[in-house]
Amino acid sequence: MTLNGACDVLNYIWFAMLITGFAVGIINGRIDELTQAVVDSSKSAVEISIGLLGIMCLWTGLMEVAEKSGIVRGIAKAVRPVMKFLFPGIPKGHPAGGAIVMNLVANFLGLGNAATPLGIKAMNELQKLNPNKDTATNEMSMFLVLNTACIQFIPATIIALRAAAGSKNPAEIIGTIWVASICAFIAGIIAAKILSSFSKGKSQTKKGLENKTVRRKA
Amino acid sequence: MSVVKELSSYAIPALFFVILCVGLYRGVKVYDVFLEGAKEGITTVLRIIPPLVGLMVAVGVFRASGALDLLVYAVKPVADFLKIPTEALPMIFLRPISGSASLAMLSDIFKMYGPDSFAGRVASTFMGSTETIFYTLAVYFGAVGIKNIRHTLAAALIADFVGVIAAVWICTKVFGG
Repeated sequence: MTLNGACDVLNYIWFAMLITGFAVGIINGRIDELTQAVVDSSKSAVEISIGLLGIMCLWTGLMEVAEKSGIVRGIAKAVRPVMKFLFPGIPKGHPAGGAIVMNLVANFLGLGNAATPLGIKAMNELQKLNPNKDTATNEMSMFLVLNTACIQFIPATIIALRAAAGSKNPAEIIGTIWVASICAFIAGIIAAKILSSFSKGKSQTKKGLENKTVRRKA
Repeated sequence: MSVVKELSSYAIPALFFVILCVGLYRGVKVYDVFLEGAKEGITTVLRIIPPLVGLMVAVGVFRASGALDLLVYAVKPVADFLKIPTEALPMIFLRPISGSASLAMLSDIFKMYGPDSFAGRVASTFMGSTETIFYTLAVYFGAVGIKNIRHTLAAALIADFVGVIAAVWICTKVFGG
């Protein structure tokens, strides 16, 4: 899995959707509808984006205030005990722990721009603890699963999109998103914990111990 | 389940209240900092226009041609079994692969069935409950050069699947089927 790998997937999907679309459309005799769809879709893509502008600005603005007020740091401190269970291989006081918590909190608050650099920092720190540099450790897997299933406190983009589409109550899905996220989040933790003992490649802590003994012997 | 609805209504005002009060208390120039952050919102939106145009055209063509109907027809039995609204299926497939493609699908669902339809609510809920798995893995593993990702993808997809089932379940509970 590399950056190119993921981009390739999208290349194929985009190509496949357009080509099958045109082919099926021609078979179904919907030539005029196809042309209309191309024109309409590109127009509504821009309209949707412009419709998002207001709420997105409001949101990133408010979140900047949250960050500067130290709220991110505050939450990070509060959830530190949970870290021990999720990431047993990270030594106490190692910078990896702090970076992971900050990243997850930034994700939770929907601070996408702040979350990515923090996440990359966390990965760099985890890599320092990794004896096998091209294989993911249990801690890395757990961190990424938490990232992909992370709970978002206010799903601003979706609310904005619903508002732009004329929803009577755009924010009504906040509660259901929390519930569904928590389910996915817990499932992710359990899956990562269970699968880690089955998947190939040794866990980081064991390897770490082995390395230490080797060094001592030498 | 009215608690869930109540919390939804209070979440945004409460967040404004807390953030602004804490900010002022800690001596942050709240308005200046707000403006600074709001500027970032513009760049974020501008950045999503090109992919959204490309992907929404693809989705539009796919739907107008009748290909989407064929795809939905093919996976309908499985969806019915899991009580997933068929209209939301294409978006559910695209969610782990591409953020902007699933966003394009989501607005397509809103346009066709309305944001307050059952499919619209389930799709919104699922969209908000998980992230773009492939992108996240690519960025973070790519950054440190990990090639063997072990069980990471499997665990992430399990979480994703649970997210779908949970979204259908909670939307049925809160909004009715």
